[in-house]
Amino acid sequence: MSKQDSSFLIRRIHSLLGVIPLGVFLVQHLVVNHFATRGEEAFNQAAGFMGNLPFVIFLEIFVIYIPILFHGIYGIYIAFTAQYRYGFPNTYRNINFVLQRVTGVLSFIFIAIHVYQTRVQVFMGVDLDFDLVADIVENPWWLVFYIVGILATVYHFANGLWTFMITWGITQSDKSQRIMGYVSLIVFVIVSVIGIQAILAFI
Amino acid sequence: MAENKTIRLSIKRQENPESSPYWEDFEVPYRENMNVISALMEIQRNPVNAKGDKTTPVTWDMSCLEEVCGACSMVINGTARQSCTALIDQYEQPIKLEPMSTFPIVKDLQIDRSFMFDSLKRVQAWVPIDGTYDLGPGPRMPEKKRQTAYELSKCMTCGVCLEVCPNVNDRSKFIGAAPISQVRLFNLHPTGSMNKHERLEALMGVGGVSECGMAQNCVKACPQGIPLTTSIAAMQRETTFHAFKSFFGSDHQVD
Ligand code: HEM
Ligand code: SF4
Ligand code: FES
Repeated sequence: MSKQDSSFLIRRIHSLLGVIPLGVFLVQHLVVNHFATRGEEAFNQAAGFMGNLPFVIFLEIFVIYIPILFHGIYGIYIAFTAQYRYGFPNTYRNINFVLQRVTGVLSFIFIAIHVYQTRVQVFMGVDLDFDLVADIVENPWWLVFYIVGILATVYHFANGLWTFMITWGITQSDKSQRIMGYVSLIVFVIVSVIGIQAILAFI
Repeated sequence: MAENKTIRLSIKRQENPESSPYWEDFEVPYRENMNVISALMEIQRNPVNAKGDKTTPVTWDMSCLEEVCGACSMVINGTARQSCTALIDQYEQPIKLEPMSTFPIVKDLQIDRSFMFDSLKRVQAWVPIDGTYDLGPGPRMPEKKRQTAYELSKCMTCGVCLEVCPNVNDRSKFIGAAPISQVRLFNLHPTGSMNKHERLEALMGVGGVSECGMAQNCVKACPQGIPLTTSIAAMQRETTFHAFKSFFGSDHQVD
């Protein structure tokens, strides 16, 4: 058995990327989309502003695509090296352990489809505006898919904050881990509400 | 009590490491205050299964018989624990006995826990004091630290924490909670801490602390009540600091 390999560094990078930039981007993305609740015009303006940032293609590549591919692909590897056959499946933390992996894989699928339906279409010449999303969620199946996808991704992010605090050794005591559990629950509720309100504004 | 009361046991057996497992049922006479080991001894004395057929005696591991050595760990009615302190009266029958599945099976309920012992060697879970001359008394330890260290020193390497961990399996090299907690123990020790960096570097290697997935089953399952999840988080912090210190440079790599 070799003594050293890169897994420590890769895991730390994986963990960091989950929060910065991915977590920050997720919150920002849902908040911008929340403009849709103020009407089509407000959303088009906000989306237009984000879409026309200088160097937007570099921002997207380095802040989103590379981190998400790294985190996502390594995350899938992590998810499939776990074995769920046995243990104490009904404890709160064990359920969260399983959900963290299930929602990670769900997010990956959801994000891939979502990027295809929006970013790739814009790249092919479709206008980035309110109707782009409205046309998708007009179909109730797609709407359900989007709601499940948003909830899964937000859960994954919120519970990921809890594990992040342990990965970096910040929360050690039972008490701090418990309080961080409540914080992560609150984050889940607030960000979910923002995300669901945003998507419902398109119908 | 009725004289001919019996205990029904259902045991997962395996002839050797390569053969496939099978279940065999047994019925042994009941005595008061029996535990799982004394029931197994009864089968050893009279190896006849519930159908009345003669069979091979069931094999298992044991030593101390008072829950301090950890050797007799097995899965009893779905829960990994020590069989020497598992009282028959507290279980629903038939009592199902299985070997702990994370470890390679030697025979029947006997398993090979070398994986855990090798990990303990890898992380140097000891205080190196061997030498050619008397080093004199070691430094004194603050009482508060001693109390923490005492809790950690209760580990009997039973392997239950590895058994319940979803990340300890054939597909991953994760070493599990016990060896990580032992690094914390020996790094707390005033003399042990002189080799702190070597233990931390071992924890940063293959299967090390960063591969913990925080399912936190270990802390719930540990029969000694060791605060394993605090130990793991503490080692996450120490390895993080150690990584920064090694990369950027520091005079405080060891203390
Ligand atoms: C694209 C598909 C994704 C997959 C397959 C995935 C998978 C995973 C897995 C398996 C973990 C657990 C890591 C561990 O405990 O060692 C994890 C952690 C995490 N993920 Fe993801 N993830 C994905 C996307 C995302 C996204 C979009 C975000 C941000 C919103 C995110 C944020 C996090 C965070 C914050 C953690 C905690 C890191 C830590 O344990 O320190 N992930 N991810
Ligand atoms: S930490 Fe607890 S469960 Fe793990 S080997 Fe030691 S005594 Fe057993
Ligand atoms: S025989 Fe030692 S713990 Fe059971």
